[in-house]
Amino acid sequence: MLKILKYSFYDLVRSRWSYVYLLFYLALGFTLLFLNNDLSKAVITLMNIIIVLVPLIGTIFGVMYYYNSREFTELLIAQPIKRSSIFLGQYLGVAGSLSLSLVLGLGIPFILYGLFKSAAIWDFVLLLYTGAFLTFIFTALSLNIAIYNENRIKGFGYAILMWLFFAVLYDGIFLLSLIIFEDYPLDTFSLTATLLNPIDLSRTLILLKLDISALLGYTGAVFKSFFGTYLGFGISLMMLVVWTLIPVSTYLRKARKKDF
Amino acid sequence: MKTLLTIICFLHIGFLFAQPRSFDVCSNCEISNLSRALELASKHDTIILKPGTYKEYNVIIDKPITIIGEGEAVIDGESKGEVLKVVSDSVHLEGFKIINVGTSYTSDYAAIRIAKTKHFKIYNVRLEKLFFGIYLENAEHGEVIGNTIIGDAVEEFNSGNGIQLWYCKNVKVIDNRVEQVRDGIYLEFSDNIEIENNISSHNVRYGLHFMFSNNDSYRGNTFENNGAGVAVMFSKHINMSGNTFKKNWGTASFGLLLKEINDAEIIGNTFQENTIGISIEGSNRIEYRNNEFISNGWALKVRGACYTNTFTDNNFLYNSFDISYNSKINDNIFEQNYWSNYSGYDLDKDGIGDVPYRPVKLFSYIVNRTPETIVLLRSLFMDIIDFSEKVSPVFTPDNLLDPKPRMKRLL
Repeated sequence: MLKILKYSFYDLVRSRWSYVYLLFYLALGFTLLFLNNDLSKAVITLMNIIIVLVPLIGTIFGVMYYYNSREFTELLIAQPIKRSSIFLGQYLGVAGSLSLSLVLGLGIPFILYGLFKSAAIWDFVLLLYTGAFLTFIFTALSLNIAIYNENRIKGFGYAILMWLFFAVLYDGIFLLSLIIFEDYPLDTFSLTATLLNPIDLSRTLILLKLDISALLGYTGAVFKSFFGTYLGFGISLMMLVVWTLIPVSTYLRKARKKDF
Repeated sequence: MKTLLTIICFLHIGFLFAQPRSFDVCSNCEISNLSRALELASKHDTIILKPGTYKEYNVIIDKPITIIGEGEAVIDGESKGEVLKVVSDSVHLEGFKIINVGTSYTSDYAAIRIAKTKHFKIYNVRLEKLFFGIYLENAEHGEVIGNTIIGDAVEEFNSGNGIQLWYCKNVKVIDNRVEQVRDGIYLEFSDNIEIENNISSHNVRYGLHFMFSNNDSYRGNTFENNGAGVAVMFSKHINMSGNTFKKNWGTASFGLLLKEINDAEIIGNTFQENTIGISIEGSNRIEYRNNEFISNGWALKVRGACYTNTFTDNNFLYNSFDISYNSKINDNIFEQNYWSNYSGYDLDKDGIGDVPYRPVKLFSYIVNRTPETIVLLRSLFMDIIDFSEKVSPVFTPDNLLDPKPRMKRLL
């Protein structure tokens, strides 16, 4: 598995798209900090970008990589290697190289602008942490879509739709249901609904750092114990791990059974 | 004859202006407690409390006298009742410590009560384990400076206030530190009071609380981590400047609450990390200038019946919501503020943005209606509908805007 991971990782790291992705984050980080020297404000702006863009890139790269490396995968399957190693290796290679671009691309400008001396360091670490997890989650989700769909166009379509659903539509439905059922106690519902969407989950994690004062404005015991203590923070961190493990395991199960 | 007269005269003068005496009180001195010293002392004498603990309560000071504590001089009320009650003018208390004031649900026991007197001075006194701290009733022209009051209040119903002023006039409350009582400083029916450079923190209810008090000012104070910040209610002509309101977190918690306040000035204050920076209700003709609102949940929450207020030259930095407004009528002026959320441009380079800024977001309207929606803060979907509301306001007052938003933060 490690060999395959190494191969696909190096293959991707040396590819043009990885560089483009890395350069994009470098440019983004430097421009943000150049225009505004305030690190904590830059972290807020980045958060808005990261929770939308990182899932999108993860989705597209995942689908693209699967379809592009299909022939190579078939070649590997013919060899006496365990299927789970092949597919897990490829998955870790894609997600790992994307996360590396993200961490380096944002880390370098922030470090140059004095991150270590700033109070925003933990907010920033949290940002990279959620960014990396979102990459892992959405790459896994998109690989699932790709492995279930032989047709490339269909696969791409579903992948983009999935991203659109999690990034925008989910919140719209969420908001509507909150407004329609506003006469009922909704705090448990709204927290559960947040946990069921990885993008909302990452957003909440960062909100806990940045907007805690606003979140505590709402009267509700469940909210208060969730946002007011480390409980919410812990649960959100754990849910991100769960969100990664579930799609990876379904992907591997499908890969084991699939007739190539 | 003439000489005799002069001598008699001198004798009389000498008698009238007798050198004020000084009494030392300590456990193994001739006078071993404060009550005894007060009996012996005559007007304008000084009592010096030497280091040690004096178990006394309900001590009444009925002549103009100075009591000074040396070192660790502690008066222990043994939780039996009031400790010092001053009923004479010109009393000066300084430098000692009072502990264990009695708790009662029928009378307000205080560590130091000043009743119906003038020209009192309370300097550098330390109060601990108290019910009420310094209680001024019908007092005038006094000074309360440099005291430290540290309570252990947990609940509102069985705790008292740190410094309470009731029907007072012309009192100065300066450089005090008040912690963990019900209201740090409380004013009721008190006029011309100056409250400066105090630190009021970790109090159960308010850091500072005004009721029916006019023409007062508070400057340079710090209010931090209180149950609900500072409440100013039913008062006129209050000057609030240079104060810091910090970390007042929680449901219905705020930095500053204005209720039925008219003709006040709020200048140069800092509101940082509060759930609500200023909550405004029924307040008119108030000038808000040069304030900083940093990282609050809501910088301003305007709840209605607020007319002809002006907000100029303020900085609104990284608040989750700049303004929440619950009516569609706006009669307040917002001008030349800096808004960190402003995204306009300045083509003529005059430092003023060319497009007006709308500080009320649709999302804050939705959150007012359905509070649970707060979990959708900063989501892409909300940004999209906020943007559409910004382009054509439907739910938010369309004349509530800053026509001249600044491009750079005011320093």
